[in-house]
Amino acid sequence: MSTAVTLNNIVKRFGTFTAVHPLDLEIEQGSFLTLLGPSGCGKTTTLRMIAGLLDPTEGDILVKGQRVNTVPIHKRNLGIVFQSYALFPHKTIFENVAFGLKYRNVPKAQVEEKVKAAMELVQLPNVGDRYPSQLSGGQQQRIALARAIVIEPDVLLLDEPLSALDANLREDMRVELKNIQEKLGVTTVFVTHDQGEALAMSDNIVVMRDGRIEQVGSPWDVYNRPASEFVAQFLGASNLMDVRAEGAGAEKVAVELPQFGKFEVDTTQVPKGNASAKGKLVLRAEKLQLSDTAAKAPTGHVTANGTVEAVDYLGQSVRYFVHVGDEKLQAINTVGQALFDQGAQVQVHFDPQNCTLLGD
Amino acid sequence: MATIEQSEKRAPWVLLSPALVTIALLLVVPLMFIVVYSFWLRTSVGGVEAAFSLANWQEALTDRFYRDILISTVRIAAITTILCAIIGYPVAYFVARARGVNRGFLLLLLMLPFWVSYIIRTMSWINILGVSGALNSLLLAIGVIDEPIQMLYNEVTVILGLVHFLLPFMILNTYVSLDGIDRALEDAANSLGANPMQTFWEVTLPLSVPGLAAGAVLCFVLGAGTYITPVILGGPTDAMFANLVFEAIITQLDWPLGAVLSLMLLVVLGAVVLTYNRFMGLGQIAKGIG
Ligand SMILES: Nc1ncnc2c1ncn2[C@@H]1O[C@H](COP(=O)(O)OP(=O)(O)OP(=O)(O)O)[C@@H](O)[C@H]1O
Ligand SMILES: [Mg+2]
Repeated sequence: MSTAVTLNNIVKRFGTFTAVHPLDLEIEQGSFLTLLGPSGCGKTTTLRMIAGLLDPTEGDILVKGQRVNTVPIHKRNLGIVFQSYALFPHKTIFENVAFGLKYRNVPKAQVEEKVKAAMELVQLPNVGDRYPSQLSGGQQQRIALARAIVIEPDVLLLDEPLSALDANLREDMRVELKNIQEKLGVTTVFVTHDQGEALAMSDNIVVMRDGRIEQVGSPWDVYNRPASEFVAQFLGASNLMDVRAEGAGAEKVAVELPQFGKFEVDTTQVPKGNASAKGKLVLRAEKLQLSDTAAKAPTGHVTANGTVEAVDYLGQSVRYFVHVGDEKLQAINTVGQALFDQGAQVQVHFDPQNCTLLGD
Repeated sequence: MATIEQSEKRAPWVLLSPALVTIALLLVVPLMFIVVYSFWLRTSVGGVEAAFSLANWQEALTDRFYRDILISTVRIAAITTILCAIIGYPVAYFVARARGVNRGFLLLLLMLPFWVSYIIRTMSWINILGVSGALNSLLLAIGVIDEPIQMLYNEVTVILGLVHFLLPFMILNTYVSLDGIDRALEDAANSLGANPMQTFWEVTLPLSVPGLAAGAVLCFVLGAGTYITPVILGGPTDAMFANLVFEAIITQLDWPLGAVLSLMLLVVLGAVVLTYNRFMGLGQIAKGIG
């Protein structure tokens, strides 16, 4: 796999404020990469630097191995979908989609063909004569996508393209967007602060915080093997517990939790360079299960006793807050399992294979 | 329910009524008088005599003198409008693209002329272009000319004065339009391959047309209706149509002819405004002023 976009030590400062700290990133040809992070962490800034809408203060940006820092945006061949869609209100949908082709010396007959194909791809083949204001938000979104892909861009850049849509539509669109991306095989950089979107769509997720990369990895990796407390807490609900660990570097690491006792975890559960005597154990809320104090926990699970402090019914699942020793833990269990009331005495248990060990 | 609905429908009218009454009394009623006057006859001592006569209309519509001045009034207003657009657009663009505090300051500068009487602003040109004005003094001092030249009192200075007066209207209206353009539209055009010049022609300019048109209508109507500027900066042959109305009513005490001339100008300017309204809607002007 070749690299489509390379960011080499790029920095962006606004006056004295550094929005993006030295940042390195490689984006594989044809892959779907998501920049994920809380508001203000520099996602848009990073995307705009790739797009050429912002100049990096330092560092190089390479597209297909060519340095593009000094290439003006209109010569970069990138497809951008803006959060506000940015359809030209004074042009018809056809003219909007055809806009980029006008500057690419495409013969007239082919323009029609390509526009038609793009509009079919986004499932809106019959709105060419309308104006953007005559389309719904979701339809405008699709046209914005059609306009960006019709030019066969080297990279497709999307800045929170779904955030203006209502919840149901957003989920439909993300499936569709992913389908289209796969069909075209276009390298895509997607910005969002919605972890659901990031997990569902991405080949790789870049978790950012305060202008720095916290972790780069597959959705499975960032979710199940968070590299930092921040990542663990930003994605999903996690329990973080202080642990003592022994045998760092060996195949198995022995850890001790005051409430659960001693157990072993695999080194694959310890992010590289993170092993130390003292650390934090990350346990996803859905991996912690509740059962009757009398019930027998599945083999291999470590157990402790606790008291249900609060119950939060979520529909498909229930979230419990459980006091175990002096820790307050969260557990998200499916409704199919036994239900407990507030104040109930319960046994909590989890499989040690499902936790991650972070160094201090 | 029905009563609430009815009172809700009535509410805007109740709220608007003071304004409507004022407009009726100060605008519609006098206008009716003017219309009636235009058919009356002037008495030899300068009074009016109730009648139904088309003589005034006939005179005004057939005499080449009035027609020529109407044409030159329209021409002066049109040239002024075009100059305001050409000079004002870049300024509006610059202000719309300025950031933060700068923009507020620039807008304040644009408002500044409104704090000084339009008459005084017009007269200031006498100090600049007059025989003993600043420009002549400068040219004399650096030896370009040997004796002062008369630069004032011609059509060019009338247009200059009008541009000076009307430019802020054009700039403010265009600014409102430009400011309302989502910058992402220009970014989008750029990203699709349009260079900055192409982006301007394809996106920025068309989207700023409403403001440009609103500014143009204001400039044209105010310019064509002007009375002061030709008096101060024009020569004896540079009278504009409003000067004729003044002449007829105040100097010759010929109210009926004055009424006819006013109505002629009103029809021409009304036609311009209606054409504008047909394509753009008058709401745009309110945006520019408010
Ligand atoms: N033009 C600018 N001038 C000064 N500071 C800026 C500018 N643009 C962005 N910033 C700052 O840089 C930081 C990163 O901004 P950025 O827009 O990249 O955040 P983001 O991750 O996209 O956030 P969000 O999820 O809210 O869109 C923010 O603190 C922001 O205030
Ligand atoms: Mg952003």
